[in-house]
Amino acid sequence: MMLARMLAWIALAAPLAAAAAEGARLDRLPADVNPNDPVSLQRGAQVYVNYCLGCHSLAYMRYNRLQDLGLTEQQIRDNLIFTGAKVGELMKVAVDPRESREWFGTPPPDLTVIARARSSGAGSGADWLYSYLRGFYRDPSRPTGWNNTVFPNVAMPHALWQLQGEQVLTTEVQSIPRGSKGEVEKHEVQKLALDKPGSMKPAEYDRMVGDLVNFLVYVGEPSRQSRVELGIYVLLFLGVLFVLAYLLKKEFWKDVH
Amino acid sequence: MAVAEKQPVTGAGPFNGVLTWVDQRFPLMSLWRDHLAEYYAPKNFNFWYYFGSLAMLVLVLQIVTGIFLTMHYKPDAAQAFASVEYIMRDVPGGWLIRYMHSTGASAFFIAVYLHMFRGLLYGSYRKPRELIWIFGMLIYLSLMAEAFMGYLLPWGQMSYWGAQVIVNLFDAIPWVGPPLAEWIRGDFVISDATLNRFFSFHVIAIPLLLLGLVGAHIMALHEVGSNNPDGIEIKKVKDARTGHPVDGIPFHPYYTVKDTLGVVVFLIVFSVIMFFMPELGGYFLEYNNFIPADSLKTPPHIAPVWYFTPYYSILRAVTEDFMWVLAAALIAYSVLVIRAVRNPLVRIAVGAVGAVLLGGFFTVDPKVWGVVLMGTATLVFFLLPWLDQSAVKSIRYKGPLVKAALTLFVIAFLALGYLGTLTVTEGRTIAAQVCTLIYFAFFLLMPWYTRMDKTKPEPERVTG
Amino acid sequence: MADNELDHGKRRFLVAATGVAGGIAGVATAVPFVASMLPSERAKAAGAPVEADIGNLAPGEMTRVEWRGKPVWIVRRTQEMLESVRQSEGRVADPKSERKKELTPEYARNQFRSIKPEYLVVVGICTHLGCSPVDKFKAQAEAFESDWKGGFYCPCHGSLFDLAGRVYKNKPAPDNLEVPPHKFLSDSRVVIGEDTRGA
Repeated sequence: MMLARMLAWIALAAPLAAAAAEGARLDRLPADVNPNDPVSLQRGAQVYVNYCLGCHSLAYMRYNRLQDLGLTEQQIRDNLIFTGAKVGELMKVAVDPRESREWFGTPPPDLTVIARARSSGAGSGADWLYSYLRGFYRDPSRPTGWNNTVFPNVAMPHALWQLQGEQVLTTEVQSIPRGSKGEVEKHEVQKLALDKPGSMKPAEYDRMVGDLVNFLVYVGEPSRQSRVELGIYVLLFLGVLFVLAYLLKKEFWKDVH
Repeated sequence: MAVAEKQPVTGAGPFNGVLTWVDQRFPLMSLWRDHLAEYYAPKNFNFWYYFGSLAMLVLVLQIVTGIFLTMHYKPDAAQAFASVEYIMRDVPGGWLIRYMHSTGASAFFIAVYLHMFRGLLYGSYRKPRELIWIFGMLIYLSLMAEAFMGYLLPWGQMSYWGAQVIVNLFDAIPWVGPPLAEWIRGDFVISDATLNRFFSFHVIAIPLLLLGLVGAHIMALHEVGSNNPDGIEIKKVKDARTGHPVDGIPFHPYYTVKDTLGVVVFLIVFSVIMFFMPELGGYFLEYNNFIPADSLKTPPHIAPVWYFTPYYSILRAVTEDFMWVLAAALIAYSVLVIRAVRNPLVRIAVGAVGAVLLGGFFTVDPKVWGVVLMGTATLVFFLLPWLDQSAVKSIRYKGPLVKAALTLFVIAFLALGYLGTLTVTEGRTIAAQVCTLIYFAFFLLMPWYTRMDKTKPEPERVTG
Repeated sequence: MADNELDHGKRRFLVAATGVAGGIAGVATAVPFVASMLPSERAKAAGAPVEADIGNLAPGEMTRVEWRGKPVWIVRRTQEMLESVRQSEGRVADPKSERKKELTPEYARNQFRSIKPEYLVVVGICTHLGCSPVDKFKAQAEAFESDWKGGFYCPCHGSLFDLAGRVYKNKPAPDNLEVPPHKFLSDSRVVIGEDTRGA
């Protein structure tokens, strides 16, 4: 009874904590992005290596682990390694963190476990990343010329702007009638709008970001798939062990009372 | 003792010879008899009695997984975070061992809290079991220290800032505070020096202490015999022929077999969490801890791990305004105590202590009183054997007053725990303050309400 | 108290069955712990094959690379050095590298212990107790051997090796210098740690 109560509290707390969370509302990563789809993950890897790895290391991830995605070592060497690193090495960046701190004010963080770090009551890390990468807009008041709805005043420029195009933040004034005397409550709602199109259509861009986020989720925990698979086998076995242990207990306890 | 007096071992098949040889040189069979085959435990153990053996299982699990993690972990501020990811990715099976250890830490507290609750339900702390309870409380405190120190090791943001906040609490102690905090840290802020010494405590010092205390806890238990859900002493009614308690059954095979079942069920729940949701919504593995520790950037919301949150709530509840409430409560309680005791010297002493405390409430920073109250909240458990003056041990035979008090306490404890995970608001602070008062009232008013309580007569024999 | 006959058979079966299942669980649980002590990905990556550029190596010169923490020597042998190998036939303990097959891969079990006669590739660790021998390529009288034909001299206990890395008779070292797995990517690049069999 107590255990049930305690578990119920724990279960309730998460969504309630969500209500207490501050910050922008997050878009959910589309349900059809499949964490086990090797094609999506490979595409994501390609985007990452081409657009992100220049500044953001994946310092706890080895290139040859990407064989998980259905690639051979040679394919990894040919398509994903531009730095001359060996396939067994970690995915580090060449840029000196002191220099990047000078350029951006803060060194671009390592992103190996970013998908795990950005989870919160408001959404999973994947949701955060998906919203973040689609939330950049032009802002001349910022040193990079870019700002972001999910991460206000971020030091990062929009690395994917050529693909997405340029968004701007528009302010819409909504009037909501309140009371009986014709009073009106004005709400300012900020929305993103695509000002200049990029080389990808919005749906295409969203698709690509989905793959990139998928890849980052994978990189955050490459053993996730093995974990879940092993878990199923373990539970099946424990089910059998439970039956045996139960019968054993019942048999011996016939003596008692 | 002459070697020839012992009977040779029988019933072990091909092992009889070896076991007899050992038994002639080591109290093997007497240990086996006294603690397993002929340790008579009450036959009516229920669900609440699984958690002691489960806590022991988790202790072994943590030690074994800990040993293997220590083979790869680097207790160096520059390498710690990376070494944990190394374990998760590059060490074969490392991710599994890490998740076992992190899930095990929370499982340990679940088992221990439920085990302690059993004690509250059935009066397992009452005479002659006070020492078992004291050893148990020392285990609880050691466990909290062990978990706190272990949590620094991954060197994430939460690790770092959680340690920073808690060690800074020592700072608040008047006069000795700042040098004491510096001595604990080995530096002016939490740093590599702190990490290394917490590693030493976590890996060897406290585990040794825990093993010793668990041993003492079980020895004390076996000396007096186990309590049971009816709270009656089974040794009072013994079988004339065998001399064994009529309501007792040998621990082996009955409880070894039953505990095996308990272990399997536990492993199922444990595996569901470990394999499918090891983070458990951020409660078992906090999200912020996947960001490497940054001494220059404080996370917006520092919360301790869930098993510390009730005490964290109490700490935060003590505000300047609350000092007035505490003062009123102190005065009322002092009056209550003075009227209850007869000895004039004791009365004067109580009055003097009360007066000093009252003075302190309004001169010393409320933050210090927060720390004091938080500490007292854990220590007050030690007094339980002497606070509970009920005529009966078990909740089954206690009256409505005690049942209401226990229910309120549980609700307050859980509420404090939940509030501890949230950010501070005025409403939540008031809620925490009310719950803090209920928490302390449960203990401090116990001598009165347990005496006033209308108990039911205890049975002669267990009822199952 | 129930007075049923104790079904010993059933009890024994259940104890055995549960015991066996529990034993399987125990062994299965031990697997990740034992596995965790195997070389990690980091260790395997550090032990990865190493490429050496021998394009600028002059005849008679030696270059050195590190592979799996060990020194690997590549010597570009002159005609005289190859001749001294032929002449050392009678002095060495194991001229055909037959004693310990694993120290000399098949492609190096020939007269000059190499894929290309010109290039000797050996691990620079004496097979006695692990010191690193000194190169003494000049054929001249030496303190350790008056009729020295050229090769390697180990200063720790006096073992001698010829210019094919073969150990001299009656010296403390028991075996020829190890030829590591290797292959030539081109005339100027050789990979140590990988060969055509896929090391």
